[in-house]
Amino acid sequence: MTETTPQKRGVPLWVQIVIWAFLVALLALVGVILGKRQQGTVQPGDKIPDFTLPLFSGYEYEGQSEVKLSDFQGKIVVLNFWASWCKPCEQEAAELEEAWKFYEPSGKVIFLGADYVDTEPEARAYLKKFGITFFNGPDMGTKISQLFRIRGVPETYFIDQNGALYYVKIGPFLSVDEIKSIIDQKLQ
Amino acid sequence: MKKTLQILTLALLLAGLFTGVALAQDDTPTDDEVNAIASQLYCPVCENTPLDVCPTEACRQWRELIRLQLSQGMTETEIKQYFMDNYGARVLAEPPRAGLNWLVYLLPPAIILLGAFFLFRSFREWTKPKVEAAGVGGERGAASSPEKDDYVARLEEELKKRK
Repeated sequence: MTETTPQKRGVPLWVQIVIWAFLVALLALVGVILGKRQQGTVQPGDKIPDFTLPLFSGYEYEGQSEVKLSDFQGKIVVLNFWASWCKPCEQEAAELEEAWKFYEPSGKVIFLGADYVDTEPEARAYLKKFGITFFNGPDMGTKISQLFRIRGVPETYFIDQNGALYYVKIGPFLSVDEIKSIIDQKLQ
Repeated sequence: MKKTLQILTLALLLAGLFTGVALAQDDTPTDDEVNAIASQLYCPVCENTPLDVCPTEACRQWRELIRLQLSQGMTETEIKQYFMDNYGARVLAEPPRAGLNWLVYLLPPAIILLGAFFLFRSFREWTKPKVEAAGVGGERGAASSPEKDDYVARLEEELKKRK
């Protein structure tokens, strides 16, 4: 005659390990994503990774329908994020164009406009309205704005001849002189 | 009477004809048609706001773009694809089933199933009649009932036999 004592069956050890490992991985993932979100924009001194900006027709660069940052090695790049629905962008549109006209003949400075989450007809109307002639194109899939981790528009990033960021302007420029002073500090 | 009937018939025919013309001319998508797609998209400027109810200028432009695309014969899938290509996957109310996005689809049901399994186990444990833990040499509750006394006596007898 044998009596068996019923044993309490727990969750197998391997299941517990898998569940805990999964929870830790999930928390780590959430942590990384939240950390990236709170990083803010890229900072002066950061080397900017290469990116490609498709250009609107009529705004091509030397016949190319898209440009890369690496195409402008040795030049100062002024990258302006804007949108046609953005009222503060209108405040600086004329100043940016004036500054572009000033530096264009030298060939040492390039102005790029990245149109942020916009519709093409409105973007074109905006460019026409403010007589903008520097290279402009849509930020397809918001890839470039995500690269720079922009918080809104307008924002302008000044990249030096070596491809490193040296100045960030959040909000609209107040005058052409403000733009010139930022560019000139790297031209000299 | 006959003449009145003829005039009425003619009037009805003409009315039907003009209605047909009016319907044929009016191929602009309605707000409802636009919003049916807009509700599946999110404003990229103001977070967590569906496009159909977003009051910003950017979203108004987008809704007009959807209207234009619908009038050009684009399908709902094509329009959503256009928005994803141009503005990124984050504008979609339902993230594409790819990469890490799968977590959004798989994790909640998996957690619910796991929770249900553990709840089921726990309920089963709670409702099962408790077996007294009093084993060999256990005094707790041993003298509480005649059945137990009998059990302990038999157990002791068995143990003596084995010695």
